[in-house]
Amino acid sequence: MPDANSLYGPLDPAPDAGWTDARARMGFFTDTSVCIGCKACEVACKEWNDVPGSGLDLLGMSYDNTGALTANSWRHVAFVEQPRPAGHRTPPFAGLPTAATVSAASAAVAAGTADDTGTDPGLPPGDPVAAARMAAGPEFLGMPGAQPPGRATGPAERTDFRWLMMSDVCKHCTHAACLDVCPTGSLFRTEFGTVVVQEDICNGCGYCISACPYGVIDQRRGDGRAWKCTLCYDRLGAGQTPACAQACPTESIQYGPLDELRERAAERVATLHERGVPEAQLYGHDPADGVGGDGAFFLLLDSPEVYGLPPDPVVTTRDLPAMWKRAGLAALAMAAAAVAAFVGGSS
Amino acid sequence: MSPHRPPVGDRFRRFLGRLDAAGPTGDVPTGPGGGPRAGRRGGGRRGGGEQLNVPPAEFTSYYGRPVLKPPVWKWDIAAYLFTGGLAAGSSLLAAGGQLTGRPALRRAGRVTALAAVSASAYFLVNDLGRPDRFHHMLRVAKLTSPMSVGTWILTAFGPAAGVAAVAEAAPWLPERGVLGLGRRLLPPVGQAAGLVAAATAPALATYTGVLLAGTAVPSWHEAYPELPIIFAGSALASGAGVGLLAAPGDQAGPARRMAVAGAALELWGSHRVENRLGLLSEPYRTGTPGRLLRAGRALTAAGVAGALVGRRSRVLSGLSGVALLAASVATRFGIFHGGVASARDPKYTVVPQRERIRRREAERPAVEG
Repeated sequence: MPDANSLYGPLDPAPDAGWTDARARMGFFTDTSVCIGCKACEVACKEWNDVPGSGLDLLGMSYDNTGALTANSWRHVAFVEQPRPAGHRTPPFAGLPTAATVSAASAAVAAGTADDTGTDPGLPPGDPVAAARMAAGPEFLGMPGAQPPGRATGPAERTDFRWLMMSDVCKHCTHAACLDVCPTGSLFRTEFGTVVVQEDICNGCGYCISACPYGVIDQRRGDGRAWKCTLCYDRLGAGQTPACAQACPTESIQYGPLDELRERAAERVATLHERGVPEAQLYGHDPADGVGGDGAFFLLLDSPEVYGLPPDPVVTTRDLPAMWKRAGLAALAMAAAAVAAFVGGSS
Repeated sequence: MSPHRPPVGDRFRRFLGRLDAAGPTGDVPTGPGGGPRAGRRGGGRRGGGEQLNVPPAEFTSYYGRPVLKPPVWKWDIAAYLFTGGLAAGSSLLAAGGQLTGRPALRRAGRVTALAAVSASAYFLVNDLGRPDRFHHMLRVAKLTSPMSVGTWILTAFGPAAGVAAVAEAAPWLPERGVLGLGRRLLPPVGQAAGLVAAATAPALATYTGVLLAGTAVPSWHEAYPELPIIFAGSALASGAGVGLLAAPGDQAGPARRMAVAGAALELWGSHRVENRLGLLSEPYRTGTPGRLLRAGRALTAAGVAGALVGRRSRVLSGLSGVALLAASVATRFGIFHGGVASARDPKYTVVPQRERIRRREAERPAVEG
């Protein structure tokens, strides 16, 4: 008998999926406060999992030239530049030559930059107005100038800014919409509580892609199947650490049993708050959130949407019973209308 | 590495080209070197320059990029929404014709149902990334996957609709021999199959509402109470359209009444999704989806009016039938593209979710206190 929380709410997913010998739930804690944006995780992931290259090119929006998680990029390092003081509430660049970073114009143009990632929908273009707003507003970001900060402009033009970097990945949700809606059973829950696509089963129906509330899973063009992070299922089985976490030089990506990671994350947030970083917040750690908590969660230094994450994702299956009920009512109405049409008239 | 990949640096050269073309200040007028930076976070150190001509910051995003992946479904799926509904509507029409002795309705309904369900199967398989693996859908039956449920509904409906349609060929068979046996056996088998198809038809027409709503696509998901109603109405109306086209005036009465009922459900439902969802109604009112849904509404109204006024005129009835079919196509494509538009713009993901958080936080003290 499935758990009452099978569709929504706190749950241990592996036993719910039928594993009688489930292992401890494993996951990632990505601490963005120590990420240096080196992208070693992206490279290690591609190397280990034999993910096709996504080209060597520049998107023009920031030092992020991957753009988004796609079927050909299972880790994606987001890069955000903001004209405001970093961490400690004291301008770290006071008295140093720093300058405005990017123009709203270049951000607007860069939003339209898209390229053939070899996947569908891959990296769709963004909204230029929203991008310009990001660059012009207090939250700005964008393409760093061609010169070192402050060189081209006089000291009067100098401002403080900070860089946010974050290695994004599949969240391995407790309630994984991709898995629940998969009509072939290609997506499955592993004994570690992670979510994996079986490439020999997937027929490329694309339902998982629309169902993911984080926009993670994507279809590889030419191949037709959906691909995403497996949390290195093959390495986990051999007791190894996933490639990205293994490669991370700053331990921004931490791998381990989810319970332990959640404790560690709570401590880290407390430490950061003590040190005067009040904006440090966890994302995806709460088993009571809309997806039942993520297997891969994050410590962020700004609102989730600044990093391209949904602020309050909800798994679509939460409303599934209500949806079937509405469909049932509609079906009854349809049958009744048809009966009435034939018995209810003279002609 | 994909063989179609452009040479290294092309993307960036295109970006620089567009930046140059946009001029020194770009499409968006800004102040010198980055625009005004007034704001609550205290970055506003740079005075002067023109005002940035963008709406007030309603939401933040990652360089304006979408949060969600827009559906990869091509137009096949929108077309399937129509053909699936048409198959369901016409099989109901056929069963009604069969049970009330209206052979013209029965024949047209059965033949249309088979044609439409065959087209549906083609569209569904053609849309797969790996069409040769379509049968993997039959590995599992999952209530949590509307697509899996739909696969099994189609698996029940398709053969039944097929047998019912084939049974219509009975009169063409010779009276003697093995085929003569077929001539005698086919009609009763066709009757039974027609009833099976009609029994599964309402499920076929309405599960597609759950199919679209069972996603993270904002304007589809939030419309889950209405989508099955719209699709049920649209299916009835398109089935009625077939009846109006095919049946002589003395048999077309039920089709007229089906058209009225279907149009009522469809118009009510689409009125709701265009107005009830706040910001998420916007994709259904603007752009191509808005035009499609408005066209669908006009065609539905014209079709129903024509069906009611044109009782005596075969031509007018037929035109009404065409209008109802066209209305169903427009409505399905409108709903489909409305959802796609809502997934393409980060606004529709971020703003409603922020609003949800704000409401929850506003309620929390009341609950605790």
